[in-house]
Amino acid sequence: MTVGIPRAMLYYRYGVLWETFLKELGCDVITSGETNRKTLRDGVNFSIDESCLASKIFMGHVYSLIGRCDYILIPRVVSYGTNNSVCTKFNAIYDIVKNTFDNVKILDYNIDAKNGKREAGSFIRMGKTLGSSLPKAFFAYKKAKRTQQLSEKQRFETQQMELDGCRGLKILVVSHPYNTYDRLVGYPIAEYIRRLGGLPVYADITDRKQSIAKSKELSESLYWIYNKELIGSIKLLENKVDGIILLTAFPCGPDSLVNELIMRKSKKVPTINIVLDELQGEAGLQTRIESFMDIIRERANIA
Amino acid sequence: MQKTISFPHMGNYNVPIENMLRHIFAGHKIMTAPNITKRTLELGSKHSPDFVCVPFKYNLGNYIEALESGANVLIQAGGGCRYGYYAEVQEQILRDLGYKFEFVKLMSGKVNPVDLYRVSKRIGTPLSFGRFLYFVLLAIDMVKKLDELEAYIRENVGFEVVEGSLERLHAELLERLKRVDCFKELRAVYKTYGEKIRGVEINKPDDCLKVGIVGELYTLMEPFSNFFLERELAKSRIQVSRFITVTYLLFEKSRMKKKTLKSAGRYLKYELGADGTDSVEKSKTLAEKGYDGMIHVKPFGCIPEINAMPVLQNISRDYKMPILYFSFDSQTSETGIKTRLEAFIDMITMRKEKGV
Repeated sequence: MTVGIPRAMLYYRYGVLWETFLKELGCDVITSGETNRKTLRDGVNFSIDESCLASKIFMGHVYSLIGRCDYILIPRVVSYGTNNSVCTKFNAIYDIVKNTFDNVKILDYNIDAKNGKREAGSFIRMGKTLGSSLPKAFFAYKKAKRTQQLSEKQRFETQQMELDGCRGLKILVVSHPYNTYDRLVGYPIAEYIRRLGGLPVYADITDRKQSIAKSKELSESLYWIYNKELIGSIKLLENKVDGIILLTAFPCGPDSLVNELIMRKSKKVPTINIVLDELQGEAGLQTRIESFMDIIRERANIA
Repeated sequence: MQKTISFPHMGNYNVPIENMLRHIFAGHKIMTAPNITKRTLELGSKHSPDFVCVPFKYNLGNYIEALESGANVLIQAGGGCRYGYYAEVQEQILRDLGYKFEFVKLMSGKVNPVDLYRVSKRIGTPLSFGRFLYFVLLAIDMVKKLDELEAYIRENVGFEVVEGSLERLHAELLERLKRVDCFKELRAVYKTYGEKIRGVEINKPDDCLKVGIVGELYTLMEPFSNFFLERELAKSRIQVSRFITVTYLLFEKSRMKKKTLKSAGRYLKYELGADGTDSVEKSKTLAEKGYDGMIHVKPFGCIPEINAMPVLQNISRDYKMPILYFSFDSQTSETGIKTRLEAFIDMITMRKEKGV
């Protein structure tokens, strides 16, 4: 059995977990390719025009997988506990895909910890759908979870090492991983920073628990867990970086408010807010990053 | 010190809220924010994040105008999608603008009578807990009765024999409700006006055009934000049904959750977040009842309602029922909305005549 994984949205958070789990159960896994112009164009065609850039890209990836696999993996997430919920896009993405494409078979699982639907249980249920026994699914999940944690730990340590060893400008990129690592969205920005002699530091690579606790310093009532992790990361790293780039996909609901609050409350480090949509030109973006880094250098010279 | 307490607008709900606050904070001044005008929206947009949904901008405009008129205690609620995070950001924006005020946040999930009383005590209510609860319940009852009468008015306005009689009674009712002091009086007012309103002679043909309105709660309930959509439909003698009211959101929605999802049938497996599921379920139900069309309203970028749109498109196709989609923002042009609405009305009228 072949399961397709769209390289978009939660893939950048759970990719390792999914792949390990499915492979443990004996499935073949194919992941859609890096986002390109065609993925985006298809995504736009199959989306309501007001949807956010990230979800349009997601639809493009789903489309590219249709016909190439038996199932497409699409998780549904609501909450990880009280006051730790996610954007409603993740509540609905399963039904959006189901209602957009007629000929698609979806493998889904549901996380709504506030209402008792936890990750482990959901994965075991998903394993059963794929025809495996309960213990087999359980151990596959355990192994997948360990592999995922290990890879997160590794990335965290690598970033810490790079941070300590870097003499150039360190720029913190604050954005959801599906923006940060997308070939069309965040990847070019990291490249510009590198080309200009800087080091991109990623806010999503962080100790999540610590980050969430720290986020209280910036915002009391925030309840989107992904945004909590990001703004906590700002607090944890603000003494180690020289500049902050807030990167948003238009018109992201949570970011529209959270980034406004960051711009108003976090004043220690120079910050710019970049909003990307599907009409983005490269030259404009490059110019903004260049001038931002120039300004930071000049400030350092004057001081 | 006497405080001036204010809160943002939404539809006619300022009447029960003002009534409740007036009783609870006797000795303080209660001020509904000045009526929404173009200026409200301009002020709100000017100081809001670019692509936040438009209710945020209206609320912020309300606050600024209230502060200009002397308010020093502001109230905001929250819950659901982005709405739960409005309060913190709005407070920050207003503080950055240099206003001095007390900001009261009532967050969903944390609101229970005891907490509400504690908050009210802090602002300065002289009432005992019992009396406090009495006026809260009175306001809730008023909301329920108002919603009930307004639902009747909505379905019949435009069909009166004497044009404008329902609107006049509606305005009278709202004025009268402002002065209600106890349950007995509320019941009496409800009875009198209920009889008067239901007594208005209606000339509604059985096969009149029927349109349902679904979508995001603020743009549904605040007529200014949807360019008085319901009034426009009434003028064209169309029966309008709308289900999202404060009564529904506060007291029925959570109880009905499972039923709503089930009733959406094969269109949905999971809930879409906020009121998206309701939009889908109501559209399907009304399509089955043979309604002539639906209108879906939302602020630009409203995620739960965008989630509902692909599903609505399928319902529209399967039941052959036209759906008109409106997205409102601070930049929306009134002419654009009116033209599209006229075209929609013409279209459903012609479909009816041809018997499609």
